[in-house]
Amino acid sequence: MSPSAPADPGSFTGMSQNRDPLSKAVGAERYSTDFIPPGCLWAAAKRAGMPHARIVAVHVEEARAVDGVTAVLTRADVPGSNRQGIVHKDQPVLAGDMVRHAGDAVALVVAESREALAEALSRIRLELEPLPGIFDPEDALAPDAPLVHPGRENGNLLARGLVAKGDARQAMRACDVVVEGEFETPMQEHVFLEPPNGTARMTPNGGLEMIVSTQAPFRDRFEIAHALGLDPMRIRVRAPYLGGAFGGKDGATVQCLLALAALKCGGRWVKMCWSREETFLAGYKRHAARMRIRLGASRDGELQALDCVMYLDSGPYAHLGVEIMALGLEHAGGPYHIPHTRLEGFCVYTNNPVGGAFRGFGVVQAGFALERSMDLLASRLVLDPAELRLKNALRTGEQGGAGVTMESPSGVAQCLEAVMTHPVWANRMAWKAKAPPFKRRGVGIAASLNAMGYGRGLPDAAAAKLELTRTGTFKIFNSVPDMGQGNAAAFVQIAATALSQGSSCFELVQPDTRLCLPAGSSSASRTTYTFGNALLRACEAMREKLMARAALVLLADDPSRLRLVPGAVADETTGRSVPLALLGAMLQRDDRICVDQFVMPVVEDPPDTGKEFKLGFPHRFFSHAACVCAVEADELTGGVELVACVTAVECGRVLNPQGVERQVQGAAAQGAGFVLLEKISSEGGRILAGDLSTYLIPTSLDLPDLEWVAVDGDEPSGPSGLKGMGEVGIHGPAPAVAQALEDAVGLKISRIPVEPEDVLRALRGVRT
Amino acid sequence: MSKNITLAFTLNGEPVSIETRPGRRVLDLLRDDLGLTAAKEGCGSGECGACAVLVDGTARLSCLMLAAQLEGREVITAEGLGTVENPHPLQVEFAAHGAVQCGYCTPGMTVATAELLARAPCPDRDEVREAISGNLCRCTGYVKIVDAVLAAAKAMRGEEP
Repeated sequence: MSPSAPADPGSFTGMSQNRDPLSKAVGAERYSTDFIPPGCLWAAAKRAGMPHARIVAVHVEEARAVDGVTAVLTRADVPGSNRQGIVHKDQPVLAGDMVRHAGDAVALVVAESREALAEALSRIRLELEPLPGIFDPEDALAPDAPLVHPGRENGNLLARGLVAKGDARQAMRACDVVVEGEFETPMQEHVFLEPPNGTARMTPNGGLEMIVSTQAPFRDRFEIAHALGLDPMRIRVRAPYLGGAFGGKDGATVQCLLALAALKCGGRWVKMCWSREETFLAGYKRHAARMRIRLGASRDGELQALDCVMYLDSGPYAHLGVEIMALGLEHAGGPYHIPHTRLEGFCVYTNNPVGGAFRGFGVVQAGFALERSMDLLASRLVLDPAELRLKNALRTGEQGGAGVTMESPSGVAQCLEAVMTHPVWANRMAWKAKAPPFKRRGVGIAASLNAMGYGRGLPDAAAAKLELTRTGTFKIFNSVPDMGQGNAAAFVQIAATALSQGSSCFELVQPDTRLCLPAGSSSASRTTYTFGNALLRACEAMREKLMARAALVLLADDPSRLRLVPGAVADETTGRSVPLALLGAMLQRDDRICVDQFVMPVVEDPPDTGKEFKLGFPHRFFSHAACVCAVEADELTGGVELVACVTAVECGRVLNPQGVERQVQGAAAQGAGFVLLEKISSEGGRILAGDLSTYLIPTSLDLPDLEWVAVDGDEPSGPSGLKGMGEVGIHGPAPAVAQALEDAVGLKISRIPVEPEDVLRALRGVRT
Repeated sequence: MSKNITLAFTLNGEPVSIETRPGRRVLDLLRDDLGLTAAKEGCGSGECGACAVLVDGTARLSCLMLAAQLEGREVITAEGLGTVENPHPLQVEFAAHGAVQCGYCTPGMTVATAELLARAPCPDRDEVREAISGNLCRCTGYVKIVDAVLAAAKAMRGEEP
């Protein structure tokens, strides 16, 4: 199925649709990295380089003596709590006593030039006393394990959670068949192309101003303020378009360090931009996870019970680990109807790199384990893996794995049917039979779902501001950064349609905590839904206002008979109209602005489980997907080529087909990298593949033409019936490729990434 | 530190004369000193291609080039390919085909493919994939980038889309 562009030329086509992409394409769009004020200072952190140690001393004298150095700061220079973190404030801005992972910042240098900065960093001498580290989340729970945060009541256990419905253990005993397995998924690096960076200064009136590559400008103010003892309302954060983020800029990266630098620089602009290596070292990753699963079914393949235990490696800081675990457990039952579940999770501190948010947020890990278990079951029962999934597909009105009734329309069965009729699946036998010499072919299928929004306990809110300018055009004050997912363009489309105007009449103001109204982060597949709904309400208010004000000019005693037409308000009864430019010139500024807000509805009657999760559990809305992957394995080299990847997605109504397709393709590409290429190779807390020559993400030669199949849906509460879908496409490739490789060479994959050696071992009949 | 040199080269069609250290990275010279920020730094080690510029018609990684290497050369950055008002066909088609998501790799992609289309006006999908294989994109999965390049090639040949 090949989606076509929207037909309505007035709504969202032509140059104005491509305005932002075009300014990016010609290199005119200014990202945070492109803001280089003349004479700005440069700042960077000295990183510990050792995963666990006591800090004996940080010698900075030589660094301070370097020509062009403005400041060299250590823990003693940090005002405030020195603790950053989104929910749990457990990460020091500058480590003072302890080093808890190799990327901990122990000193901060500010200099006149990048050369002086590099020279000073090299002259800081760290006196560290190495401590035994802990690098596996289960080992970290042993009574004698080294403690990452000594004195903490629960030791290395950051959080335990239990989500359950029915009686899984009892039901398991009654099952005709039970399969079990242990599965592992690795850390994954976001590899957004724009590194974490920002520019900041103190303003003459004592405020802090920052331009930064961030997914959460409004929340950043509070994180900075808490860490450094500042007034959050005196911090202004501006968020230009991001050069990618995928969750990796949801929470402080440079923010607190940069603010600290600015505090010490007397009003001069300071810029911090992490190198790629520093991003690997200090940035947070998708959590490495280990999952043990028992899945029980009746003889005919009807799922009965699921018992899942999940260990998430949080590294030394919480970031959003507990919330990520909550979402992982909530999705551990996959897009299937399973009457009895027991889903237990442990989020554990270690001295590994920090775990954090990444597209798919715990669902990637849980989904891989469950889909592999479904394959074990299909194999045991000698059932077609697609039919097994379809048979158990979660339907609207049934209970999901966490016991929440699916009120929002479920499209998983339709997605499965869509990919099962696709030639890649339907014609797989013939295709496999035609494998060339020394090649083996296989095809795999997987299904998934992904929640939208924050879930219960944390209002998923946005406020939108819309202004009629004096010249009769509109300004949308966007509160949710666009990291490349295209929400900025979607907002213009939503407003243009709602106000019956051409999209060229709209200017989008990028998130700025001074000009725009508060909203949650650009994350959780929530952006277009939540801000879009707030914007729709603001548009409705604007429409009513324009009609009421135009009625004064048109002497229409019933404003409701007027209507908005491009550039004017018209009275069809009299044939007269008022140009918007006239209304814009007539109204005072307060009257030209409309504001409204929206809070995403939550599950009204939450199940009596998951009580540990105060924030973000459970969820009400889900998008669904199914994915088919075809692979060709080389018998001589063990190399695996992904030959086809087809993803069907149900995400309510599709507002902009190209926008959805782009998200599906990009997510599938990250899923493909996750299963076939991306390996950080952390050993003893040290990353061995810490740059782009060793940590490989897919290039244009590693991927096929990724395909999207649209499945119709409708979410009544969504703007134009849509649901968020930025994440759901990432889940398919890993389990589908694993199944395809089992099909091709008999490899039983329980951990990823799959490497050529694994394939060769399977071909030689060696069990792994 | 080495002494400054006066460097003369052509930049986006205009002669440039600038005093700089010979060992300054071309990427910093363009971005920090000349204010041309289309070329991006994604890795600083020649792995990602976001900093690509045309030097005498060949796509080069400006993070790995030193200022002195530009003497007498003709440099074209993405800004020199086109502008919002007067875009290059590649830039038009990248925008129209949804090949731009975050956009951080895009200037480098257009530079790499401008070189391709100059030497191979009629490439197939595989040739396009080969030409951009040194340019990483984390957003798109590359499909729409390939579509855009083929559409631009068609437009530049004067064929109907």
